Amino acid sequence: MPDGGIGAPTKRREDTRFLTGRGKYTDDFTPQNTSYCAFARSQVANGVIKSVDTSAAAEMPGVLATFTGEDFVEVGGNPAGWAIVSRDGEPMKEPKRPVLAHGKVRHVGDAYAAVVAETLEQALDAVEAIEADIDEQDAVTDMASAVAGAGSMVHDEIETNVCFDWGWIEDNRAATDEAIKNAPHVTTLELVNNRLVPNALEPRASIGEYDPGTGEYKLTTTSQNPHLSRLLIAAFVLGIPENKLTVLAPDVGGGFGSKIYHYSEEALVLAAAKKLGRPVKWTATRTESFLADAHGRDHVTKIELACEKDGTFIAFRTETMANVGAYLSNFSTVTPTFLHGTLMAGNYTVPNVYVNVKAVFTNTAPVDAYRGAGRPEATYSLERVIDKCARELGIDPVEIRRKNFIKKDQYPYASAAGLEYDSGDYDSLMDGLEKVADFAGFEARRAESAKKGKLRGLGVNAYIEACGIAPSNLVGILGARVGLYDAATVRVNPTGNISVMVGAHSHGQGHETAFPQIVADMLGVDAQSVDIVHGDTSKIPFGMGTYGSRSLAVCGSAVFRATEKIILKATAIAAHMLEDKPENIEFNDGVFSIKGTNKNVGFGDVALKAYIPHDYPIEDLEPGLEETAFYDPANFTYPSGAYASEVEVDPETGKVTICSMVALDDFGVVVNPMIVTGQVEGGLAQGIGQALLENGVYDDTGQLLSGSLMDYAMPRADDLPNLVVDHSHATRCTHNPIGSKGCGEAGAIGSPPTIVNAVVDALSRGGHDVDHIDMPVSPSRVWAAMNK
Amino acid sequence: MPKITMNINGRETSAEVENRTLLSTALREKLHLTGTHIGCDTSQCGACVVHVNGKAVKSCTIFASELDGANIDTIEGQASPDGTLNVIQQAFQDHHGLQCGFCTPGMVMSAAALLKENPKPTEAEVRDYLEGNICRCTGYQGIVNAILAASGQDVPSIAAE
Repeated sequence: MPDGGIGAPTKRREDTRFLTGRGKYTDDFTPQNTSYCAFARSQVANGVIKSVDTSAAAEMPGVLATFTGEDFVEVGGNPAGWAIVSRDGEPMKEPKRPVLAHGKVRHVGDAYAAVVAETLEQALDAVEAIEADIDEQDAVTDMASAVAGAGSMVHDEIETNVCFDWGWIEDNRAATDEAIKNAPHVTTLELVNNRLVPNALEPRASIGEYDPGTGEYKLTTTSQNPHLSRLLIAAFVLGIPENKLTVLAPDVGGGFGSKIYHYSEEALVLAAAKKLGRPVKWTATRTESFLADAHGRDHVTKIELACEKDGTFIAFRTETMANVGAYLSNFSTVTPTFLHGTLMAGNYTVPNVYVNVKAVFTNTAPVDAYRGAGRPEATYSLERVIDKCARELGIDPVEIRRKNFIKKDQYPYASAAGLEYDSGDYDSLMDGLEKVADFAGFEARRAESAKKGKLRGLGVNAYIEACGIAPSNLVGILGARVGLYDAATVRVNPTGNISVMVGAHSHGQGHETAFPQIVADMLGVDAQSVDIVHGDTSKIPFGMGTYGSRSLAVCGSAVFRATEKIILKATAIAAHMLEDKPENIEFNDGVFSIKGTNKNVGFGDVALKAYIPHDYPIEDLEPGLEETAFYDPANFTYPSGAYASEVEVDPETGKVTICSMVALDDFGVVVNPMIVTGQVEGGLAQGIGQALLENGVYDDTGQLLSGSLMDYAMPRADDLPNLVVDHSHATRCTHNPIGSKGCGEAGAIGSPPTIVNAVVDALSRGGHDVDHIDMPVSPSRVWAAMNK
Repeated sequence: MPKITMNINGRETSAEVENRTLLSTALREKLHLTGTHIGCDTSQCGACVVHVNGKAVKSCTIFASELDGANIDTIEGQASPDGTLNVIQQAFQDHHGLQCGFCTPGMVMSAAALLKENPKPTEAEVRDYLEGNICRCTGYQGIVNAILAASGQDVPSIAAE
């Protein structure tokens, strides 16, 4: 392995520009002659639009154009990316999501008009002058009421607020019901997976440009997934030919899921740019982010665990209501179904699983995938009910998990929820956790806490997730409307340095450093001679973007495959140069040699020969050294982990302090351990935020109560403990060429149940009869649970 | 519009600004210093922290028109002219104190202010001082380690695994 190859903790090259203020985020671009866009957004959660009069706004200083829903009646809508079929065989309800609200507004922040002006201030002033007559109706924000149809319908034309009623696996339903009916012990838990607002620190922004001379459009936007945006805008929303539309996602300030999707603002700035022949720029305020970005989670679940008296699991059964908000965001339908229900067997040899999910429209912001996307919800339900079950049966929470773990000699393992896990070793992770988290020393630490008047608890958790959603032929059967492969082009330039065009997008994940490590490792070249190109649809073959911890496992594998092709062709060139047959050439550490001889030629000389093909056998060998691979995985990857946390609860106030957070994860082969550690730490912070602090709360009228950073509690540095991360207990992914599984979401999946388990443990040990507290486990909720 | 002259990163710089223009907006829109970021509208996130006359200030909390004659330091002026990172910047890279980079300018400027007034802070003091800077990516672990390392204190090696 050269320095900086696979496994090296290489420092990030992208840091240099970010640390010196030279990062270029969308809002940092202001093309010549830029105009500015601002949106009129609904202040009511549900209302009939009687009229929108922009005539006064249009007369305001500097105003160039105004838009209302009427202007987009003839164009398409923003579609859902995955079709779900209800258990009665009916397709899901799929109401249109227009560019600007037309006829009705359906959530606070729903945009119904827009203004473009010479300056941002003029655009904002003109928005104030728009006269909208909106007849406010009763809003429905509570899912149970929405399902019952007690209030109004979010979409009148579909006559229900239930988007779909999905069963997984329907053929297992009767057996699961029977198993639960006959089980010696059943533990039941009702819980809420709280709504989260992603709050990537960079607000969304979009710049539309149009060149009347060529008919070409350019969209610069805050996207995790520029090709998807291009595809949706082309095929569904505006009908711009893909070859006339370039989507650029430059430096992007975090996404966490919220920037996967195509949003209406992107379509509007393009349409406005065409109309005006000028660049049109929109940048969200944080308030707009809260109101109009896709939120995450928001499930209400009843879970039952049936088991033997000794704790052997017999069945899991869940009923979940999943909030999809007012419109179907692109992946809002797959997140609570196939990214959630299929994980409901967890790490366990349970024979029966049945999952029911009702997706519910409400007058709230759309809900879609947020870091973890369905898997945190599955893990939270499972790992909370398992803890409760252990408590009821008097079994140690670690032991009940170990008793039911899939053992390392059982892979590949077909889970009762329909997945085939390829590799893992959950006992090894738990063994490691017991040592790293020092379970043996817990009682002594608890006694120390007790001396200070604090209740100390220990929570554990085991999780499995499914990353790199695939393969395309399977997801197609399940309802996906896109393929889930990825692509890479490796271009070896004549002087031997290398450009790699990748479909994954880096917005904090460090691809610019990590992907070159793969290429360098394979080609035996210095990683510094390899550069990544991402976020530009005009330069990259295609791509499905970054989400679901897929970048390395899927796009990295495409890089690997393309590099293999490079080696194959370079070997043929080397054979020609060495006057031998390709099968007699071996390639090691950047040097091609005739086997068993010292006749050799370096990679750089081969690259040069590829572009200066004098004396080339033109019939057998094309000039150039550039290869593309599309990689469609054979299966998901299955990272797993074992987490532990110790908390102290102040019995006077109910305040929870996290004393320790330990995460052991199996990510398979790790390319850059520094980056992986950072990914886990960030995930842990978001999971801890969900468990203790964050809550997206709407009141009955549909106003977002936690709609600013003063009301929505983001974790700050002093809310978090030192995070202990270990990924040494690794088992290879068996079906991708790198052996990696994906690490982006793990921390956010594993940590919430760990913390709630720890809090319940602390209270139970402190003599309180508490078996559950919903997240966020705030001081008031803990205090109320202790004093009920 | 009032014309103001500020010394920004050691250079005399003039701009015409409206009375209502915030320093953060003036830096980005008038002076093209886009390293200072705007992440919120309630002065909570800290992405826009700069130094005004040597003190850390959220540049969204102050009008540019009030700053005639002031000395302003931004992220663009932290590295040496030859591009060499300063001690804090280098520590952020060494200890993986940034991911998406959006909060980073404010974090680096806050860290510089902290170490100026408290050259050897404890971990708790670092965490407390950063209360006004939000990072959504790192869980703050790399940031805290970077600041402790920049102050010359031992921190765990980032790539222990």
